[in-house]
Order: sequence, then structure tokens, then C-alpha cells
Amino acid sequence: MSTPTTENHRPGFAQPVRDAQKVFRAVLKALAGPTAPQRIDVEIHPPAPLGAAAGAIVLALCDDQTPVWLDPALRASGDVVPWISFHTGARFVDHVGEALFVVASPANAPRLAELGQGSDEEPHRSATLILDAQETRGGTTLTASGPGIRDTAEWDGAGLPAGFLLQWQENRALFPRGVDVIVAAGSTVRGLPRTTALISADTTGADTTGTNPDADEKRNS
Amino acid sequence: MSAPRIVYNEGYLDEQTKRVVRRALLKGVAIPGFQVPFASREVPMPRGWGTGGVQVTASVIGPEDTLKVIDQGADDTTNAVSIRAFFEKVAGAASTTRTDQATIIQTRHRIPETPLVENQILVYQVPIPEPLRMLEPRETETRRLHALEEYGLMYVKLYEDIAKYGHIARTYDYPVLVNGRYVMAPSPTPSFDNPKMHQSPALQLFGAGREKRIYAIPPYTDVESLGFEDYPFEPQRFDRPCEICGSTGVYLDEIIIDDRGGAMFACSDTDYCERTAQQRTEQQSTDTKEVTA
Repeated sequence: MSTPTTENHRPGFAQPVRDAQKVFRAVLKALAGPTAPQRIDVEIHPPAPLGAAAGAIVLALCDDQTPVWLDPALRASGDVVPWISFHTGARFVDHVGEALFVVASPANAPRLAELGQGSDEEPHRSATLILDAQETRGGTTLTASGPGIRDTAEWDGAGLPAGFLLQWQENRALFPRGVDVIVAAGSTVRGLPRTTALISADTTGADTTGTNPDADEKRNS
Repeated sequence: MSAPRIVYNEGYLDEQTKRVVRRALLKGVAIPGFQVPFASREVPMPRGWGTGGVQVTASVIGPEDTLKVIDQGADDTTNAVSIRAFFEKVAGAASTTRTDQATIIQTRHRIPETPLVENQILVYQVPIPEPLRMLEPRETETRRLHALEEYGLMYVKLYEDIAKYGHIARTYDYPVLVNGRYVMAPSPTPSFDNPKMHQSPALQLFGAGREKRIYAIPPYTDVESLGFEDYPFEPQRFDRPCEICGSTGVYLDEIIIDDRGGAMFACSDTDYCERTAQQRTEQQSTDTKEVTA
């Protein structure tokens, strides 16, 4: 497939069993407490441009049973595909709708409606979108509510693609079908299960996610 | 010649199995109350003894966790003791009998009396995950009923109870509606414990090993016990205190104490009972000291 180089054969987890458990617990906690940041505390250096947290989540959750879709930039790098397939055995699909795990940067993220939604009888067979959002800043204030959140939670929406709010409303309306989103940024992870309602605090109610990078710099990681 | 030492993977299960369970758990949390099928594996105990709970715990637990296992509220019964010993051996996790010190609590049919807090995980061992199973034996049909949110059968069952007995005659495995969407079996916990599931700060995970299903309730999620406006859900009540620690408002076990039909009622939650009794004794001894002084 490609010649082994130091880049595409970088090591995975230093302690595969314990690190996978730690990463899973962070993701579980993230999805059970939507929008609250959880630390991913493992040493891992995936090949660029794949971020550390996103790489750790892929290694912890993917294997030969989970078709993976990578965004064009990740796919084009030439190092990410061999690295993931070496460590997990996951196969890659060309059509994003066939993937169980979709890994993409916010700029290259496919529309949620294109992803596998599951069926009414098998809503668990929907895709999980892992947003590899390194060093992004949120530009808005979002109010989240739903299962896992006591009353409401506020979040700056860092790492969400442009135009996400509208897509998210459509996704939420499909319940029990729908996509679940994991936002991996730096060494933190946040979860957005399909049950979470997101409301923009802007009075206009307009979707401004990701368009105003310097407005709100509070990032509680 | 010495026999080779058997070395198990951490958490006993192999990594691939753990990933299957973990992915099922994540989808379960995302769809509260929905039963996610998973490839249930063999664990060193017979099905029906908590294999689902053990697989969930094994996939979640790490060396930093402290595990408590209860069987009908008791920490010292065979099943609880052996599951605790199992995870001490294969996961290197610490164990405790104290609810307030545990990060993971695996339970068979009780929710501890001590209120759970955030960051705790309650793992239920579930024998029959499908609340509609006794009303509709076909899996294909029950799946469709859940998909269509068609829970009329369940309400008919509850109504028939009222028509026959004058009240809903179900004291355990009392069906609940999770997040306003899925009807879910809370495993055979007494209906006394049902209100504790509502808006619980702890994450609740359910594993059914024989039936190969995993489901979950995230923290702070609405869990409503089914009922009617004129016949609302009534949890079990006890009109007497525990005979050991004197607590009221707790779930009591009837314990036969002699051959002449004598019985006493005591807390089913042994940890809660012990600590309440201890506090009471300390309180009494300080009181006596004050009196003598």
C-alpha cells in the first residue's frame, strides 16, 4: 500500500490496554456530559495532520469492524491511512455514508445529513463524527441542554464547522436516528450526542458558529 | 515441571471484545434507554450470574477505579464477593464496600441508599432487558414496537392490573420511560428504587449477557415510571424502621430468624446499615458521656 517510513509507522499507544481504557473513559464521560471538556491523558503522536486526541480516539475505538472515512486532507497526507490501518486494521471507505467513524477537520467536515443515520429500528448503527479541531477557537456562545446536562451548559462552540447549528437541529429532529459528534481539540474531548439541544445565545438566533474567531477566547481545558 | 502461569489480559476480556462493548456503550449513552445489541462473550461464570454486568464493568474499569459490587444490596454475598475478587485479580482495581468511595458500582437489583454523585458509574446486571418481552415474545416485533414508539401493550398490561387488583401489581422491574422516548426495563430492581434513577447524577449502564444487550441512562436524564393520571406510579413503602440500624425510608429485607416463623426486617443495603448503626452507637456513647459528665 505504501512504503514504511518513520512517519507512517509511528508508534501508537505506549501502553495499548491502559491507554485505550483511559481514552474510552474520557469519551464515555464526554458523551455522558455533553459539551463539558474531558482530558485525554495519554502520550501519542499521530502523523500530521491528524491531531493527538483524534488519533487516540481512533486507536481506542476502531478496528476491522468499523469502516472509517477520512477527510480529503487527512487522506492525502499519505501517512495517516497507513498509521491507522497498521494500528487498528480498520478499512477505509470512499463514501462517507458507509463509514461508522468519520474523522474530519472542521473545515473539511462533511454535512451531517450525508453520514450514516441508522434506522428507526437500529439507530445505534449511525456514524460517529470525530472532529479533529486543533487550535480552533469558538466564536459564539452556545447553550446546551438535554440528557447528561444538569439544567443547561454554556460552550463557545470551538471546533464546530461553519453552518453546524442548522445541521445539528436537523440531526436532532431525526431522533432516535442521527449522528453523534466527538470534538477532539488538543488534549481534550467534548461529546455531542444526538440528544443534545444547542441554542445560539445570539439574539438573532443566526448561525455564526466558527465565523468570529476572536470574539470569545475562554477555553476551559 | 511447573505448570505455566495463566496471564489474563487486563480486565479479562480481549481488546477486540472491549472495543465492541465500548462502542455499544457509547451509542447506548447517545440513545438513552435504547437496547444496543452486542457480541456477548463468555466470562468465567454462568450466564444469568451477571455476565452482562461483568462485561460492561470489564470494558469500563481501569487501575484507577474503585469497585463496589452489591447483590440485592449486600456486599457480602457469594456473587458480590466473587465478582469483586475477580476484578481485583484481573483489572488491578481497588475494591470497597462503601458507596461513597466507589467509582464503579456493579449491582444486581438494588440502587444503594447512599445518594450517588457525579462521576460514579452504576452498572446493572440485567436478566431480561426487553420490557415488552412477556407481552410480545418475538424480537422482530418488539424492535418494531420500540421504533414506532408503540407502547400500548404495556399500558394495557398495567391497566389490567388495576382492573384485577385495584392497583398496579408490579413491585420489581417496573417499566420506566427514559427521556420521554424509550420504555426500558430497569432490571429487577424493586420499584422502591425507581425514583432514584430519575435525574441521577451518576451514569447508569445496563448489561444483559445472555440476551446480548447493552443500554444506558446518562446523568441528569428524566426517568419516569409508567402510570396513569388517576393511578400514578406508587413506589413500595415500608411502615417500619430497620431493626438493626433504625433507619426509615429504606428498602427492607425480611429475614427469617427461627423455626417458628419469626422474622425481622433489616436494611437490604448492608453498607448503609452498618454505617448508620455505627453512627448511632457513637452518638449514643457521646450522649452517655455527656450525661455522666
